[in-house]
Amino acid sequence: MSSYGQVQVKNGRYKFRGDFHRLEQHMPIRDADNGWRLVGVTKPRDMTYVHTYGGEAEFFEALSQGKLLATKCDNPACESKGSIFQPFRIHCPDCLAKNAVIDMTDVAKKKATIHTFMVCARSGAFNMLDKPIRFINVEFEGVSTILFSYLLLGEPKIGMRVVPVFKRYNPTYTILDLSWVPAGTKAEELPEGYSF
Amino acid sequence: MITFSERQLKTPKFMRPVYLVTAGQSKYARAIPEKRTEELCVDALTMAAELLGLTPAELKRYIHSCYYGHFADHFGDQLLGEAVIHDRLGLDPLGNIGIKSGGATGGSTLWEAAKAVASGYSDCVLAMGWERMDEVPTDEGNFLIASAADRDWESPMGQIYTGYYAVMAQKYWQVFGKAEASFRRTLAEISVKHHGYGRFNPFAHGGMEITVDDVLMSPLVADPLRALDCCLMSVGAACAVLCDEATAMELTKDTKNRPLRIWVTAGSHTLRPADRRNMDIPLLPNEAPDQYKDLAKEFPGGERYPGFTGFLAARMAAYYGYRMTGITDPTEDLDVIELHDAFTISDVQTYEDIGVRPYGRGRDYVESGDCYHTNPHTGKPGKLPSNLSGGLIGCMHAVGASGIMQVFEIATQLWGRWAEIHGDKKRWEEFGREKPEDWTDLQVKGAKRALSISHAGVGSHVTATILMDPDHLLKKDA
Repeated sequence: MSSYGQVQVKNGRYKFRGDFHRLEQHMPIRDADNGWRLVGVTKPRDMTYVHTYGGEAEFFEALSQGKLLATKCDNPACESKGSIFQPFRIHCPDCLAKNAVIDMTDVAKKKATIHTFMVCARSGAFNMLDKPIRFINVEFEGVSTILFSYLLLGEPKIGMRVVPVFKRYNPTYTILDLSWVPAGTKAEELPEGYSF
Repeated sequence: MITFSERQLKTPKFMRPVYLVTAGQSKYARAIPEKRTEELCVDALTMAAELLGLTPAELKRYIHSCYYGHFADHFGDQLLGEAVIHDRLGLDPLGNIGIKSGGATGGSTLWEAAKAVASGYSDCVLAMGWERMDEVPTDEGNFLIASAADRDWESPMGQIYTGYYAVMAQKYWQVFGKAEASFRRTLAEISVKHHGYGRFNPFAHGGMEITVDDVLMSPLVADPLRALDCCLMSVGAACAVLCDEATAMELTKDTKNRPLRIWVTAGSHTLRPADRRNMDIPLLPNEAPDQYKDLAKEFPGGERYPGFTGFLAARMAAYYGYRMTGITDPTEDLDVIELHDAFTISDVQTYEDIGVRPYGRGRDYVESGDCYHTNPHTGKPGKLPSNLSGGLIGCMHAVGASGIMQVFEIATQLWGRWAEIHGDKKRWEEFGREKPEDWTDLQVKGAKRALSISHAGVGSHVTATILMDPDHLLKKDA
């Protein structure tokens, strides 16, 4: 009987349990225009990758708790001292010192606007978002970078004020747990599982 | 990095002159199920040999090391594909290395190959690039391409790279294009031009006779970009052979291929556009220090540089390349260019990044008609024609080969062999394509200097390749 592959870290090593791949038969590819001669074969494969978030793990854990973490360079000798990074950067890109972790949830709730956006009707395989996807880049006052995310409700416009929404119920522990809605959206308008 | 040290801005210098002596390419198509990748690479190398009047075996005798550009291992389901190609080309046990930098892979391959000759390590090298993107369904192809975005912060969102790029296009469209219908038509003109030039290129698979309205009516992909604004997805291979001076003279003696001086420079910027920090614009030789002081007044929303509207990596590749070769004004000093037109809007943006027009003014170059082989407004030759191959929109985008295809194209222009190579009816027939009755010679008369820009994704890697006829250098010690 098969079961989903699960992984834990124990004694500093990954411990794998369950099925991580499934076997499927190769199938011939034939040329319908030329006497059905053999051209090649299909090579089906279903694999599960294992991936560490490393020093970014606390950012993704915090999303599931309704918090947006960022980082800040506090190195007095750095030309970028005081720069705040969102996306969360573990190290300052200039001095490479370890950044301090800060909670910027309140800044995001009060001072976030759409820098640019794109409404995209298409997606690739393994997409988990509903289409059309409303991609937005969110600009924050006092933050030196611009976060890529998606608008959960409404139609995006450049300069529009937005507030963060978190998938706290049944989180995915991915960047998809963070999304945005237009400022002024009421809690009861949010889809099930999402909250401010 | 948002400020530079003097050391970082050093003008690059080759230790000795490097020459391009020949190049070749396979047919390009959306799918080529009848051929393995190595067969396409053999086609490209065979053509490169033929342009020198040699057999492949004779040309191979000169090659000392090999540089292979292939971006997407996961598309081909073959790690170390370079070793497979190298063996099938019969070049073992020479040293070889694989190079991958997204859409700039072809340009980066030339960058490495040129440095190998410039340093004295090799006197003759092969730069070969290829890609095949026909062996997965389109949605899985989109998934695999999206793997070139940040896997934790970007790709989970839709698994569609177009979306990550298109937020930048939207910003440019609204800030510098002011969301004007006239700008939308200018973008459509680029598509008409590139699909149109593709019709005269037997290697191309995007040749089409279309109108601006056809582009505007094509399916919407990511507003304002429509299907006909987007580059092709292709299979194919291209190669170039680079040499030192003595070998170049020997290989090209009594041939139609004049040895061409070649320089390649490179720039980079963040994989995630999200990480772009505000900075001063690095100026090109034809730009003045106060040139951009009113840019944000003129184009509200254009306060940030590069923001989401410019490509710093392209600006830096040009910054290094122009100083290395003595170019002061690309429009005056160059005769023909090939740009990485991943989308029509990228064409406009790159005119600005490389200084053909100042930032915010790229559309003027298209509207002036000077980017055409023959200016449609004046009937005279375009000032600096671009993408006469059809580019990525009208010719091909077989990622690892694209940057080398561009150099093949500008080299045929400088050799004065464009018509011979693109007009040969036998080649059209061999590729199963019909030569159009209105086939037009796109040779740029008297072309002596050329540039190509090879560009990755949202601008993570960009190279500038500059070719010059050795009797028409701009800087003696370049």
